[in-house]
Amino acid sequence: MRQYNNGGGLWGRLRGAGLGLVVLVFVAGIVFWGGFNTAMEWTNREAFCISCHEMEENVFNEYRNTIHYTNRSGVRATCPDCHVPKEWTHKIIRKIKASNEVWHHLLGSIDTPEKFDAKRLQLAQNEWRRMKANDSRECRNCHNYAYFDYSIQGRRSGRLHQSGFDEGKTCIDCHKGIAHSVPAVDQEIGIDRGGASPEVFHPPAQRQD
Amino acid sequence: MKTKSGILLLAVLAAAGLGLPLAASAADAVRSLRGTAVDQAAQQPGNYAVEKDHAPAAREYVQQPPLIPHKVDGYNITTNFNKCMDCHSWTRYRETGATKVSLTHFKDRDGKELSNISPRRYFCNQCHVAQTDAKPLIDNSFRKAEGLK
Repeated sequence: MRQYNNGGGLWGRLRGAGLGLVVLVFVAGIVFWGGFNTAMEWTNREAFCISCHEMEENVFNEYRNTIHYTNRSGVRATCPDCHVPKEWTHKIIRKIKASNEVWHHLLGSIDTPEKFDAKRLQLAQNEWRRMKANDSRECRNCHNYAYFDYSIQGRRSGRLHQSGFDEGKTCIDCHKGIAHSVPAVDQEIGIDRGGASPEVFHPPAQRQD
Repeated sequence: MKTKSGILLLAVLAAAGLGLPLAASAADAVRSLRGTAVDQAAQQPGNYAVEKDHAPAAREYVQQPPLIPHKVDGYNITTNFNKCMDCHSWTRYRETGATKVSLTHFKDRDGKELSNISPRRYFCNQCHVAQTDAKPLIDNSFRKAEGLK
């Protein structure tokens, strides 16, 4: 109330500028905020993701043969469902990091299938690391394991889900390559063909208590 | 010229004479046990449900490759990665609780023992297959091997 008395302060200055300016700033804020989020959501669509041929020719084609694209009930998880966080803070962080992907699109780092395959291990490990670090948050948007009913899961899945979570594992520890082809992994068949070591694909479990 | 065209005509006639009855009787000569003519589509292809996960099935005959007792949808075998070996290999079976690959798969085609799985065994589902709820197409008198009962 002191501000009213001496005529200074923020409120006083705003009154001086007139109520019109206040309304203008308020409306501009709404327009900017709404526009910003709308623009961000516009980049959060499958059509936007595959507008780059790097995505359409490689990872999108691989994904089309998997359960998250074609299945009996017609429910799909599209690119941003798994690769972009839902919560705003995490989403904006991921979007800022994605500017590096735009940069490499301009550089043409992975603009042929051969170049893409040469970088597949590194690219896959980036996503595996991200999902491991956030406890497979994007998987859990749909598949919340707190709600699993093990009695109606298959023999194998019921047993392995329970023992896996007991060991502190998260979805991505086992479910790698469910939507895209996996990089070459050494599986001890025939001669060594230069695949990644098995520990890359199945890192030893670390108990998280 | 005259003899040449005559020979040509004879050849054409002979070819037609030989070919026509063969084509006409092909469908009659080979009788399909499946109840439809061999040049017709098989009855009701596909649309069978794969059996749900169950315990390993008993074998029916000697040297039978064990059947796959679970779904294998989306389990791909590519040059990069063999999904089956992700659970059934000797390095993985303890953790996953899967049946481990038989040591017979460590031999090459000359019977020489290798220190890891022979590449000729790479394509698991050439021999090991999942089962569906399809009924036998024809009656048969198959019986389980005596020693496996």
